[in-house]
Amino acid sequence: MKCLLNINELKVYYFTRRGVVRAVDGVSLNISRGEVLGLVGESGSGKSTLGISLLGLVPPPGRVVGGSIIFDGIELTKLSADEFAKIRGRRISMIFQDPMTSLNPLMKIGDHLMETIMIHENIPKNEARERSIKALEEVGIPPERFNDYPHQFSGGMRQRVMIALAILLNPDLIIADEPTTALDVIVQAQIIDLLNNLRKQYNMSILLISHDIGVVSEIADKIAVMYAGHLVEMADVDVIFKDPLHPYTSALLRAVPLIESKYEKLYYIPGSPPDLVNPPKGCRFHPRCPHATDICRTREPRTVSIEDHIVKCWMYCDTYE
Amino acid sequence: MLKAYLIKRALMTIPTMLILLTIIFLIMRVLPGDPVAAIVGTKAPPEVIQSVTRRLGLDQPYHIQYINYLSDLLRGDLGRSMIWGRRPVIDEIMDHFPATLELSISAFMVSILIGIITGTEAARKFRSKFDQVLRFYGILTYSLFIPWFGIMLQLIFSVYLKLLPVGGRIDPFMEPEKITGLYLLDSILTLNIPSFFNALSHLVLPSITLGVYISGVFTRTVRSNMLEVLRKDYITAARARGIPENVVVYRHALKNAFIPILTMMGLQFALLLAGAVLTETTFSWPGMGTFLLERIMYRDYTTVQGTVVFIALLIVSISLLVDIMYAYLDPRIRFR
Repeated sequence: MKCLLNINELKVYYFTRRGVVRAVDGVSLNISRGEVLGLVGESGSGKSTLGISLLGLVPPPGRVVGGSIIFDGIELTKLSADEFAKIRGRRISMIFQDPMTSLNPLMKIGDHLMETIMIHENIPKNEARERSIKALEEVGIPPERFNDYPHQFSGGMRQRVMIALAILLNPDLIIADEPTTALDVIVQAQIIDLLNNLRKQYNMSILLISHDIGVVSEIADKIAVMYAGHLVEMADVDVIFKDPLHPYTSALLRAVPLIESKYEKLYYIPGSPPDLVNPPKGCRFHPRCPHATDICRTREPRTVSIEDHIVKCWMYCDTYE
Repeated sequence: MLKAYLIKRALMTIPTMLILLTIIFLIMRVLPGDPVAAIVGTKAPPEVIQSVTRRLGLDQPYHIQYINYLSDLLRGDLGRSMIWGRRPVIDEIMDHFPATLELSISAFMVSILIGIITGTEAARKFRSKFDQVLRFYGILTYSLFIPWFGIMLQLIFSVYLKLLPVGGRIDPFMEPEKITGLYLLDSILTLNIPSFFNALSHLVLPSITLGVYISGVFTRTVRSNMLEVLRKDYITAARARGIPENVVVYRHALKNAFIPILTMMGLQFALLLAGAVLTETTFSWPGMGTFLLERIMYRDYTTVQGTVVFIALLIVSISLLVDIMYAYLDPRIRFR
């Protein structure tokens, strides 16, 4: 598969009064055309920051301080504001976590779509209108709701509108940041199904960001696991589930509640995610890791790849150098 | 649904008005100074004092006075002035109100223009040098002493540069035919070009003086509301769709930030209509401020009371108007 997005050693830091928060600290990954990459990790692991940095919208005091993002041959980190605006919405679009707050409360649903089309394409109003209605129909919203306001929609319906907005201009990549977290389980399944169908129909790549490895596994081809600003493991979805290498991934998988589970109690990872202003020395997971050794406490592990399986852990670095 | 909301809102003004009218009545009775003495002087013989007191209805007990006062108001009668030919108060007000209205509207436009642009730009460049300067501007203008600022403008633009008149509303014999009492509007309606420019030249300095003075409050309010709105998810979402930054700020964000700003603006405008005494005095502007001040000095009770009632009515109507604009701006109110 052709590579669409190549992120190399990306560093996104927030320069706060408390100090520098290294939210994304040297992450490299690829997404191929038509591929769905699930990006999982706890809250504060830097996965959302990674997502928003692909659109150049890291909120201040944050900014991209190093590395590169190459999207279809274009270096995104070097684009001017105007050039970036042309890519946003048209070639890379985004679905946000909270559909209740992601639509302008003073704008009609239809106007959201029409505005987006007319900013990117020079077409007459009635044509923009037709295309907007078509996009809404595609996500299951009837045309008569075109002139309704966001507050007249339920959460699930609003997320459908957000998806219609995201697929409107047939982008190459959609970043879906926790698209189902704010929804109830039934609606969650519907939204995931919808994303899956649209993705097959249009051959779009999706970066699906979620803390819920269960949701991600339903449509992802590959899974990347982030911990404290580092990418700790990445592999095909089956491989991750069958044969996780990193202790953090194993722990994450054990923490997924299963109905047929024989254990009475839910498993959880002891301790809490580190403070990214003063991350632990060595491997950032070592304070919570059951396999931690001396070297884990002092030196940061290299990222090694075993065929297509990438892992950042001392257990897989053959020599301790 | 909108209709029901508007009717409900309009009905709610009745108790507000009643409370206002009562407070005005009470204040006028407990205020020091004797209206009769103000009219006839302290050395008048007792029978003159008695007859004037009776004529003014001041010999009645308070509750009768109160009922008379309310029933007169209900008929639209604000009473007659106690001095100068006993003219109806409403006529006196109408002689001065258009001048104030004209000044208020243009000063308000100046302040909104300055306030919205500076406030929005300060919020966009949050914590930059530019933002600091504009925040300082907000405090500076608010603490500006109007007569000083007005006189400075007069010195520069009227005395040194001789560009604009020092004061007054229009040059003698230049008044347009009276239709609304607003000189600019009347001169346009009667196609009187010289009057229009003459009135406009008189309006510039007082509008800027008053406009700059209130613009600081707008700058600060617009800034803080914009800061809040610019952090909202739908703003990030709009940016993520490739909407250009200026459109995001001035179309998406400003309209949302405007809803809380509107209340403050309505209140400011209502205050302007009550007459900006300092500005009017500085520029010899024949408006409500100077008029009211003059009548308070003369203890012209009925005129002061009538004018205060008139202003109170205006303020209540403007707050009603603001609420109607809310419903127009915000679909969540419209469809409730």
